[in-house]
Amino acid sequence: MSALTQALTLGAGYNAALVTVGAALLGGAAGSVGTFMFLRKRALVSDALAHSTLPGIAIAFMVMVALGGDGRNLPGLLAGSAISAAIGLVAVDLITRHTRLAQDAAIGAVLSVFFGFGVVCLTAIQTMTAGRQAGLETFLLGSTAGMLYSDALLIAASAALCVAGVFILRRPMTIVAFDAGFAETSGISVRAVDFAMTSLVLAVTVVGLKLVGLVLIVALLIIPPVAARFWSERSERVMLLAAAFGAASGYVGAAVSATAPALPTGALIVLTAFGFFAVSILFSPHRGVLAQIVMRRRTSVRVHRRQGLLALAKDEPIYDRMTLAVLLREGLVRPDGVMTEAGEAQAAHASRDEARWRVAAALFEPAALPVRGDPLIPIDGLFTDDQIAVIDAHLAGAKGA
Amino acid sequence: MLKRLAAGVASALNTDYGALQAHEIEGDAALAVRGLTVSYGGAPVVFSVDATFPEGTMSAVIGPNGAGKSTMLKAALGIVPRLSGKVEVFGAPFVDVRQAVAYVPQRASVDWDFPTRARDVVLMGLYRRVGLLGRIGARERAAADAALERVGMSGFAERQIGQLSGGQQQRVFLARALAQDARLLLLDEPFAGVDAATERAIIAVLHDLKAEGRTVVAVHHDLSTVRATFDRVLLLNVRKIAEGPTEEAFTEENLRAAYGGKLGALALPAQDAPAASLH
Amino acid sequence: MGSEFVQLSLTPILIGVLAAVACALPGNFLLLRRQALIGDAISHVVLPGIVIAFLITGMVATWPMILGAAGAAVVAVVMIEAIKRLGRIEPGAAMGVTFTTLFAAGVLILEQTDTSSVHLDVQHALYGNLESLIWFDAVGWGSLFDLAALAGLPTELPRMAVVSVIVVVLLVLFWRPLKISTFDEGYAATIGIPVTVLGIGLVIVAAVAAVAAFDAVGSIIVIAMFICPPAAARLMTDRLERQIWWSVLFAATAAVAGYVLAGYGPQWLGRADSVSAAGMIATVSGLILAVACCVGPHRRAR
Repeated sequence: MSALTQALTLGAGYNAALVTVGAALLGGAAGSVGTFMFLRKRALVSDALAHSTLPGIAIAFMVMVALGGDGRNLPGLLAGSAISAAIGLVAVDLITRHTRLAQDAAIGAVLSVFFGFGVVCLTAIQTMTAGRQAGLETFLLGSTAGMLYSDALLIAASAALCVAGVFILRRPMTIVAFDAGFAETSGISVRAVDFAMTSLVLAVTVVGLKLVGLVLIVALLIIPPVAARFWSERSERVMLLAAAFGAASGYVGAAVSATAPALPTGALIVLTAFGFFAVSILFSPHRGVLAQIVMRRRTSVRVHRRQGLLALAKDEPIYDRMTLAVLLREGLVRPDGVMTEAGEAQAAHASRDEARWRVAAALFEPAALPVRGDPLIPIDGLFTDDQIAVIDAHLAGAKGA
Repeated sequence: MLKRLAAGVASALNTDYGALQAHEIEGDAALAVRGLTVSYGGAPVVFSVDATFPEGTMSAVIGPNGAGKSTMLKAALGIVPRLSGKVEVFGAPFVDVRQAVAYVPQRASVDWDFPTRARDVVLMGLYRRVGLLGRIGARERAAADAALERVGMSGFAERQIGQLSGGQQQRVFLARALAQDARLLLLDEPFAGVDAATERAIIAVLHDLKAEGRTVVAVHHDLSTVRATFDRVLLLNVRKIAEGPTEEAFTEENLRAAYGGKLGALALPAQDAPAASLH
Repeated sequence: MGSEFVQLSLTPILIGVLAAVACALPGNFLLLRRQALIGDAISHVVLPGIVIAFLITGMVATWPMILGAAGAAVVAVVMIEAIKRLGRIEPGAAMGVTFTTLFAAGVLILEQTDTSSVHLDVQHALYGNLESLIWFDAVGWGSLFDLAALAGLPTELPRMAVVSVIVVVLLVLFWRPLKISTFDEGYAATIGIPVTVLGIGLVIVAAVAAVAAFDAVGSIIVIAMFICPPAAARLMTDRLERQIWWSVLFAATAAVAGYVLAGYGPQWLGRADSVSAAGMIATVSGLILAVACCVGPHRRAR
């Protein structure tokens, strides 16, 4: 069995297996809670949050050393990171609510300033005797190398808790993300749900620090939801799919990174997630790039065909090269510009369709008119025969008058 | 196949195919569009519209929400790409006669928190004249202040634009267009969200412009004021429904064709109409 | 304040000030265009840029690295635009996808490459090394007039100076179209301003400033200079011209005060060693912003 299949089947050691499972759980929780942030258009708030963990980690280290403990105690460091991330969040909120600055400026300011201050604290630690081998830099990019069994267990267990939290809160979060106004009127406190949502993001971030690192953890909260968005218009499905993408990215990334020393866990998880994203943006059936190119091309051909036919029906010359090319290719005109038999029939049909549309718009309630979706749909299929007869009667009346 | 796909993409990304089907555009039109079609990817939002706006007239573009009124204007100016069709301004492509055209966007389309004063916004109208580095001297400032005075805003030149009321902001936009000294003015919902006094002031200025022989085209929502304000209308609902002098084209029948069953709500007395049209 | 200052502190302070100002200037427009986080994205993708430049040239040299980083910034901007337009994804999320992916790629390539022989690591790219940019050949203020000593200036100083001058010249030259298109893009397009080209040009200028600055102040702290001084300046005035001047003042103040605090602050607290100057500059810029948020005369929209 190769090292890769061994790792993918959780056979690369107890710690590695625990980390892999933990990363999968973390990815799943991050993907689903990230979906709500994404739908609330607050995706990058989590970036501010992640960067503002750094001073907390450093100060927690100093405090623990000052109290005579081990500065590298993971629960202690994570508690510190959670506190400073919460302060960063409050700062973003205060700036956006109480000044004229927009959210993006608040996010950028908080993340850079907190990170800068964190770096100041880190360099201060390096001058402490206990700080020489603090290894706090591993929180920047994540590292699973030399992870203690208790740490791996802590990460896996907290990731499982995050998944449970998302599961319990999924309904109110869906409602708020979809329509905050409706949520408020139906008795759901948007503030409370927002708070819960942000707390979950905070939890995911803190748990992911050791694994993915604070620079890249935000990717787990953003990329899976964005990838999932391409496949469905329904928020529950987007959430489930995002959770699946996140979990798969965590699992694969962590397992692969366990196979060799120079394969950083965080980077691999992020790149796996990007793989899902790339496939989604290119090939998803409706919103994907290929689907859109095909649709644009079709729309363009339909428009030119219709415009060409209408011009032919009115006996007007056609100058537009694309229109001519479409008509020619479909055998509606001959190369010398004269209508073929098929062209004549279709031109008559198109001009009758246009005339009917005008009458139909005046006759029927707009709700009965799917016209707003697409003005080029042939009218025959949208109305019953007797309705069409009414339309035609009006047409004849208008002509007679 | 690839080549055809590429051609499709190219045409989707705004290709002007030059002359279109349909008749030649007459010479005395300030703005003429032929076969104008716009799509934002899917189904067309403006389909094969032919319209002519003769010089020295004042036209309203009307139609229900989502009828493509603003889109048509933007496509005519090249702000959004067109799928097919042809546009001529004073008988020439728009890019050749830019300086003859002033565009007044929807007020809501810009960030009024931008750090600048009313006079600075009006001075933007002189950009084509002063260029990248040309000096803005007393003459330019005087021109800007004259434009502000014409819209009744002479006391507000130094005011931060965010501190102005909606109506005052709209007047500043109009002053910027006046500073351009254009022969054709295109306004996108100039009366949306403005007070009655501002509406009267803007209409007065527009009527003056028409008297000077300039051409005004405005996307308009309030059906109750069309007859008194505009001498021509273009009714639009994705397709063109009708166009012509107001007394001929602004008929119950055409309105019904443009608005369908929604007309009932919109044809209410004047004081209700703006509420129905706010969107 | 004599020879030691000139030798050890003068050049880092000058480089810091130039870097801060060069980033703050385009930052003003990014802020007003609601693109403040483009700076964030650019500074993250600098890492893969320099790593790839190193892989290609096999050495850590200034110009290949600047080219590589600028190339990566352009790739990032194109990617963000493509995701936004083709995928119809909101700008924040599009940026998040782009810069994390490129950064992760940079980290992976770096780990896979043997860079032990050269000074190239993630920490360095993240927080730079302003303190090491000292002027060995200086013996005192007189060295400023000594050609031989001037030739020994750290190369970062002339490089940063050139970039700053370029940024200022471009800003002055394109001031009017930039201002008009930032305020009202649709209108700008109708009067013939090439808005798309101008928008991309602004980002490229920002990228060049970021790339030149990252070596000295580190990539993440570049973001602080893109955002904090312009944001604080916005709260001081309602006129763009004055906002620019305030942002320059704040950026320079943050650079000088940050450097001094980092170098001498710990000594005042009775500690021997200094702390990261780049980190302290970001911190001071944040403090300036915090003060502006509390007392800035134009801190609220009305």
